[in-house]
Amino acid sequence: MNPGMATSPIPALGKDLVGLEFLSQEQLLIILDTAEPFKEISERRIKKVPVLRGKTIVNLFLEASTRTRVSFEFAEKRLSADTVNISETGSSVIKGETLLDTARNLEAMRIDMVVMRHGSSGAAQFLADRIPSNVINAGDGRHEHPTQGLLDLLTMRDHYDRIKGLKVCIVGDILHSRVARSNIYGLFKLGAAVGVCAPKTLLPSGIRDLGVNVFRRIEEAIEWADVLNVLRLQLERMKDGYVPSLREYNRIWGVTTRRLDSAPQDLLILHPGPMNRGVEIDSDVADGPHSVILNQVTNGVAVRMAVLYLLAGGQPDSAEAAKAEAEV
Amino acid sequence: MRAKTLLKGGHVVDPSQGLDEILDVLLADGIVASIGKGISAPENAEVIDCSSLIVSPGLIDVHVHLREPGEEHKETIATGAQAAVAGGFTAICAMPNTDPPIDDPAAVGFVVAEGRKVQAARVYPVGCISVQRAGESLAPIGEMVDAGAVAITDDGNPVMNSGLMRLALEYAQAFEIPVVDHPEDLGLSAGRHMNESVISTRLGLAGKPNAAEEVHIIRDLLLAELTGGQIHLQHVSTQFGVELIRQAKARGVRVTAEASPHHLVLTEAAVEGYCTDAKMNPPLRTADDMAAVRAGLADGSLDVIATDHAPHHYDEKEAAFEDAPNGLVGLETAVGIIMTNIVGEGVIDVVTMIDRMSCGPARAFGLSGGTLSEGAVADVTVIDPRLRWTVDPSAFQSRSQNTPFAGWELTGAPHRTIVGGRTVWAR
Repeated sequence: MNPGMATSPIPALGKDLVGLEFLSQEQLLIILDTAEPFKEISERRIKKVPVLRGKTIVNLFLEASTRTRVSFEFAEKRLSADTVNISETGSSVIKGETLLDTARNLEAMRIDMVVMRHGSSGAAQFLADRIPSNVINAGDGRHEHPTQGLLDLLTMRDHYDRIKGLKVCIVGDILHSRVARSNIYGLFKLGAAVGVCAPKTLLPSGIRDLGVNVFRRIEEAIEWADVLNVLRLQLERMKDGYVPSLREYNRIWGVTTRRLDSAPQDLLILHPGPMNRGVEIDSDVADGPHSVILNQVTNGVAVRMAVLYLLAGGQPDSAEAAKAEAEV
Repeated sequence: MRAKTLLKGGHVVDPSQGLDEILDVLLADGIVASIGKGISAPENAEVIDCSSLIVSPGLIDVHVHLREPGEEHKETIATGAQAAVAGGFTAICAMPNTDPPIDDPAAVGFVVAEGRKVQAARVYPVGCISVQRAGESLAPIGEMVDAGAVAITDDGNPVMNSGLMRLALEYAQAFEIPVVDHPEDLGLSAGRHMNESVISTRLGLAGKPNAAEEVHIIRDLLLAELTGGQIHLQHVSTQFGVELIRQAKARGVRVTAEASPHHLVLTEAAVEGYCTDAKMNPPLRTADDMAAVRAGLADGSLDVIATDHAPHHYDEKEAAFEDAPNGLVGLETAVGIIMTNIVGEGVIDVVTMIDRMSCGPARAFGLSGGTLSEGAVADVTVIDPRLRWTVDPSAFQSRSQNTPFAGWELTGAPHRTIVGGRTVWAR
């Protein structure tokens, strides 16, 4: 048995990671702290430790995704898990098989974990309630994307050494964004203040009831915030009439150097990707000195390794030892 | 020679005659032969002891989806009519959103014929307002009425075209039938899955605002006022919607309206955890809305309790919330839910309950029944107001079991259902 694996009957997380809404502050900190030692693995020449050796993980991506799927796959492979990818195209799901049947069939092949991306809110919870394998939500509809929220938290913490007291504004399509919801829950639990800024057409009803500050104009958000987390504007939102044009969106809500220059302080810039340069964010901001967009991508692998490790029964304080065994 | 039945010593609740006392009811030759104290049993009459039971005119559900033709895996006319009598209903109105839809006299005739094959509830067809429920041109309303249709609706869909709705309200007046609308502005609700609120925001589900329903209620009331036509509004779920109907009635608009049991006892909180059995249209709303629907039921702004019985196969509800269909089965839980949670909590009394579940529906849709007056059709529901039971969907007569009420402990249940003088169901 690997050091740190399943030595305690009480796992740090439950069976699944469906969202950040119902995690405690302690659990969030455990994940972030566990990610720290895993960061280093990706910097090695040989990027592999045997922490999940013998574990079978299915990456069930029923909605288009490149970045998240690849990030999970790297995390799994670097922990020595056996992985299978099922994507939207070419799977039996589009042949009319129900989600439940897909899950039962996978389960019948004796798997250990499912990482799922699905277009319907609640799909991850649905799966988690019905199969004994661990389920990790890699994004469900507009509900949550917990590992993205965690990697955003880790990136902010890397920069400021804390989350508590930070003023973080999420900018853009909050209405359709699972990233926004996971960020809001995670940031509040760790003591940040949270703002959102978007045209009202892209703000969900009742968002104020979650306790966030709502900014009508990007200038006000920039004036207030320490951190901007800039969301992608899906081009289909134009077609559906939520905003009149990309040009207008950039003119009114775009994060531009000119706007940032007028801020009272330097702002940290995050973006979950993929970016529409020249729409929600200008290139000189994305590539500028305060952008940590690529750090987010790097941290994504470490955070996902931490989540995989913890859900597999690994103990938070044994993560260093678990990976050290690889060097023997 | 048809059988005679004497219902002896029951607590007769018949708001149509202002009766609320211990009486005997004699049924003979398919009609109520006499009602009064100390009626002696004729020769060969079956005598049924109704002491400690409520005897009421047969309950009528004007909003039921029987799924036949086209979706017989969910329900059939036969299983739906059986579920109805097991729930105490002696008559039901079958919605026309089947596949194909009930939009011509032959289809109406099919529903009538299938309904007559089973010894269960009377099945009254409701025809479509528009051809193929497409909302473009009027269906052959007169011919459908001749074939047995008692009302018209495009239920499942609203009538989005206000011009067509005006025509329907005008044309239907020749036949003295109500135009029944599912009030919903699809521009505000299409692709949305629950009430719009902080709960929908947290769950990441697109929400339907109250305005989606109220915009159409206002429109329908204005058109009924314009045309003098008779509008029946289905499953009113919002606070302002109830108020609009209250005001329209005060102005003399010919409007009747429904409250559904689920909107009377559940709020949007039932959706938490993505409970697909709590997914319905209109959606479960807030506690304020629920209180307003209760108040509207009590003061008569809402005339009718109708279940919107909407059976779905378990495979279809066993899905992610956004992918699951709307609706719940309601026929076999309505009496227990209303007696326990509405009468039991003092929202209305038993007399008002019988009015809203029997007399009101008969008035709104112009149906026989809804009264135990002498000479009336012998449709009777006997209710045990003290029976304690637990909702067990596996025991339903309905072919489907999609209900958010599974496991609810209720007090009050149907005891015996009599249609045309014949007992078609008894506990």
